[in-house]
Amino acid sequence: MQPLSPRPPVEPCSVLGGDRRRGKEAKTDIFPRKICSFPGASLTPATTMLRLTSARVGSLLARRAAATTTSSVRMESHDHSKVSETVDMSRPLYWDRLDTPLPDKPYRDVLTDAEKSLKQKEKGPWTELSKEEKVALYHLMFCQTYAEMKHPTSEWKTVIGGIFFFLGFTGLVFWWQRIYVYPPRPRTFESEWQAMQLQRMLDMKINPIQGFSAKWDYEKGQWK
Amino acid sequence: MSLQKPVMRGLLAKRLRFHLPIAFSLAIAAALAFKFGVTEPRKKAYAEFYKNYDNVKEFNAMREAGVFEGVRPSGE
Repeated sequence: MQPLSPRPPVEPCSVLGGDRRRGKEAKTDIFPRKICSFPGASLTPATTMLRLTSARVGSLLARRAAATTTSSVRMESHDHSKVSETVDMSRPLYWDRLDTPLPDKPYRDVLTDAEKSLKQKEKGPWTELSKEEKVALYHLMFCQTYAEMKHPTSEWKTVIGGIFFFLGFTGLVFWWQRIYVYPPRPRTFESEWQAMQLQRMLDMKINPIQGFSAKWDYEKGQWK
Repeated sequence: MSLQKPVMRGLLAKRLRFHLPIAFSLAIAAALAFKFGVTEPRKKAYAEFYKNYDNVKEFNAMREAGVFEGVRPSGE
C-alpha cells in the first residue's frame, strides 16, 4: 500500500489537527515527548514544566532546563504566519487525558482523500485492513497513546529542587533577620533567672497533688 | 447467562447490625478505660494528699519562703 502522505517534519500536535505523522520510526523520534498543545486551555504537565523552566533566569535549574530548552525552542520555531488561531470553544474539542479515553472528537477530522478512502475501507470488515492501515486509522483518531501520556516527565525533580532552593533561601533570610532585626534577648531567658523562677514555683507549691510540686521532695530538697 | 439479582433492601440495617455493637462496645471500653486509668487514680491522689494536710504548716512554709506580699517572712 502506498503511504498516505509524505512525512512532514516533526511538530507538536495541535487540537485543530496539525500535520503530525508518526510511523515505524517512532522509537527513533528526535523529539521524545509529543506536545499536544492547545492554545488557551490548560496544558499537560509536560508543557507546563517546560514553560516554567525556560522562564527561569540562569539558576540552579539551568542544568535541567538545558534538557528541555531544546524542545521549547522547537515549539517557538513553528509557523507564525497565522497570528493567533482562534479556537471555537463551543464545539467539541480533542483532549489527550488519562481519564478521558474517548475524546469528544477524533484528532484529525479534516481528511485528505487518501485518508477518506481509508475511512471508507474501515466501514467494511476489519480483517481486511492491514496492520499499517490499522495503525494509520489509530493515528487519525488519537494524537498520543496512553504510554506517551503516562511517560514520566521528571517534573518532580524540578519541583523538589525548587522546594529545597527556596527553603535554603528562607534560611538565609532568617539568618539575616536574627542578626539585624531581632531585639536583645529578655533577661528572663538567662539560666539564673530561670532557676529563680523554678525556686519560686516550688515555694508557692504549684500543683502539689499530681503536677509540678508533687514531683519535688521537700525534705531532701531534690527531685523525686 | 443470567446474573443474580443484587440485594436491594435492608442495606443500612445490615450495616448497623454489624457496626453498632462494635461501636457501642468500643465507646464503653473507652469510658471504662478513662474511669479506671485516670479518674480513680486522681481521686485517690487527692484523698491521700488531704488525709494528713496541715494547712497552717503549709502557709508558714510559704510565708518563710517569701512568696506573699501581705505577710512578710517572720524575720523582717
